[in-house]
Amino acid sequence: MTTTQRPPARSHQHAHEGAPPEAQGRVLSGADILLECLKHARATTVFGYPGGVVLPLYDRLPAHPEVRHILVRHEQGGGHAADAYARATGELGVALATSGPGATNLVTAVQNAMMDSVPVLFLTGNVARNLIGRDGFQEADATGILMPAVKHNYLVMRAQDLAPTFAEAIYLATTGRPGPVHIDIPKDVFLEEAEFRWPERVHVRGYQVPGAADEDEIRAAAEAIDAAERPIILAGHGIVISRASEELQAFAERAGIPVLTTLLGLGGLDQRHALSYGMMGMHGSYHANMAASNADVIIGLGMRMDDRALGRFADLNPDATVIHVDIDPAEHNKNIHTAFPIVGDVKETLPQLTAAVRRASHPEWVRWIDDLARAHAASLSVPEGPELTVQFVVQQIARAHADDDEDAIIVTGVGQHQMWAAQHMNISRPRQLITSGGLGTMGFEVPAALGAQVARPGASVWSICGDGGFQMTFQEIATMVDEQTPVKLAIMNNGYLGMVRQWQELFYKDNYVAVSMSQPDFIKIAEAYGIKGIRVDEPGQVDEAIREADAHPGPVLLDFRVTADDNVWPMVPAGAALSETVESADEVA
Amino acid sequence: MLHTVVALVEDRPGVLNRVASLFRRRGFNIESLAVGTTHEDGISRMTIIVDGHEGIVDQVEKQLMKLVDVIKVEDLTQTEAVNRELALIKVRCTAANRREVLEIATVFRAQAVDLSPESVILQAVAQRDRVNGLLDNLRPYGVMELMRTGRVSMRRGTEVTAYGDQNGESEEMHRFHHESGRLPEGELPYVSD
Ligand SMILES: Cc1ncc(C[n+]2csc(CCOP(=O)(O)OP(=O)(O)O)c2C)c(N)n1
Ligand SMILES: [Mg+2]
Repeated sequence: MTTTQRPPARSHQHAHEGAPPEAQGRVLSGADILLECLKHARATTVFGYPGGVVLPLYDRLPAHPEVRHILVRHEQGGGHAADAYARATGELGVALATSGPGATNLVTAVQNAMMDSVPVLFLTGNVARNLIGRDGFQEADATGILMPAVKHNYLVMRAQDLAPTFAEAIYLATTGRPGPVHIDIPKDVFLEEAEFRWPERVHVRGYQVPGAADEDEIRAAAEAIDAAERPIILAGHGIVISRASEELQAFAERAGIPVLTTLLGLGGLDQRHALSYGMMGMHGSYHANMAASNADVIIGLGMRMDDRALGRFADLNPDATVIHVDIDPAEHNKNIHTAFPIVGDVKETLPQLTAAVRRASHPEWVRWIDDLARAHAASLSVPEGPELTVQFVVQQIARAHADDDEDAIIVTGVGQHQMWAAQHMNISRPRQLITSGGLGTMGFEVPAALGAQVARPGASVWSICGDGGFQMTFQEIATMVDEQTPVKLAIMNNGYLGMVRQWQELFYKDNYVAVSMSQPDFIKIAEAYGIKGIRVDEPGQVDEAIREADAHPGPVLLDFRVTADDNVWPMVPAGAALSETVESADEVA
Repeated sequence: MLHTVVALVEDRPGVLNRVASLFRRRGFNIESLAVGTTHEDGISRMTIIVDGHEGIVDQVEKQLMKLVDVIKVEDLTQTEAVNRELALIKVRCTAANRREVLEIATVFRAQAVDLSPESVILQAVAQRDRVNGLLDNLRPYGVMELMRTGRVSMRRGTEVTAYGDQNGESEEMHRFHHESGRLPEGELPYVSD
């Protein structure tokens, strides 16, 4: 059963313990109650957009100066910004929208947070209670629409329920496998008065937060690990979410097991570590994919056995013994047959495993992978030559920040540039890469950069933007100007929906349909928003442009005129197995 | 294979929506779903008949458990359980052949609960197979209307489908859970401008 015990080092714990909030027991309006809740939970940064039904709430904002409301330019942007805020810090993000179109504009952002297990509280207003269900102006069934896209959601019908609902919502959002939670609030509930009562404890009888794993299961898995000759670790987002990097490293070192990561697992282990073998998956390295395909024991840690990471499920190494540690039992045996499903938080289960396994090393196996890595380094190298490539640009951005005290935060859109960023930016710290993994949401790059910078004002935030994705949400530049967030927006201007072009080239016989795009003059967009714009045409200009952008105190837009027809390698063709990784167009039948 | 899955759920608006949406979205095949209240205030019970192999049913159970409003899930397929469904069957018959129809009903232990000059409603409370057998025998007379509730199941003996902790809840939260958002039937209870 659920109790308020939660894993340490998680946010918002304070909201569940200690002194009751100052306003406890006072009679307040629903709007004030909600704002008191935000303050008590220290979730005081809200990315929002007003509208009729939330006006009673906006009316009370000035009375609560501790709450920072950031006026975005589109609710989707607000949702992505709150999502990135949460990814950058591990703390709850908050987005607010009005009823009807405001709520429906959130849908992409909600599902994006859901797929990547990000703790975000989505607040929407709704029409007054007596109008619900009558198709009044700007009524949408936000609760129904978002139901399958959230960890949980609520329609609050009384002001007195606001505080307990809020407490429960943030508890659900931030514990266990985190995720988005949505609260829908009718207009007149904001106006109704009730006593503010923050609950002493939150208890949800249908909700469990796994912590440590069953010791018998750990022992059984440890035996399988001890017996392995070619073990491999697949580390996922769970390592980052649970702040379990040290625990991962300790386990890998003790058992002598090479570590691969998923896209969202990048940063879970420092890539300079001897046992780090980089990213696996559709655009993972050749040696990583072969290592996963040839291992005799596969240990999945805080990852959900996704098809982009694993390729064709049936042929992911059918002979291997699979051990799968995840906090969400529903991930076990969903996609991959698992001999040892272990339910638990990796933060707690990894020390258990480390204590249970024998100290070991696997020199032959490691040498086999090392040899492969050397032999296949070419397909993962940055092309040399006179042309300006995305690979080179992102590599130089990473190098320019390699010695920063606080790492540059790298945000990406979705497409080729995202994969090249993942490959070449040497992501080595948790929360350094903020990217849309599960949903693959183009347009994430601009609002997410805003959210990351708001969350970590001291960090340099570089957003690697697709020229396609940028055009989906770049209105948030206006928000960056308002909030004075010095984000660097590096547009990889290839004139194409590059990743789609790559698929059409390789799998649709060069039949290019709807992938070539005329582009606006991006520098003029920068000018229109009053921010600095830098155009880069040649490799020789790259370093200077990066320096100039970093030196500039405000937002900067960089228009990198990169080659148009490059492809991301290596690649696991859609529907293929990891063992079928190819490294050039010649290999694609 | 058909599995009998029993779920204890919070009696709240939207629960049925969440469960139905889950089955639809993940492509799980529901044969029947029956919901009703339990002896405990605030808790409803569902009996869900799912078609699929072990692996699918394992996923069904885990995905159900993932819903915050689902408190407990149990697969009763392999346990000793009482399985029943209620069927109401309206059969075409006149004074001429009513006796035959009622004889069939007797054999299958169904009861006549309504009579008209040209029809009879039979009520059967039975396991699925017996209801099917009854139906097969009635078809030649003309089944005018059929309503089946779907299976409800309960473990035999003293063992019960129950959830563990009942006292972790503070009084405040209990009241909140108990009252929140539950609209009495009929009129919307809240009025505003
Ligand atoms: C919202 C959304 N629509 C469509 C897609 C499908 N899609 C995946 S990658 C891609 C091309 C992205 O183009 P761009 O942003 O220019 O990045 P590039 O691949 O050129 O680096 C498209 C259309 C998507 N991922 N997200
Ligand atoms: Mg492009």
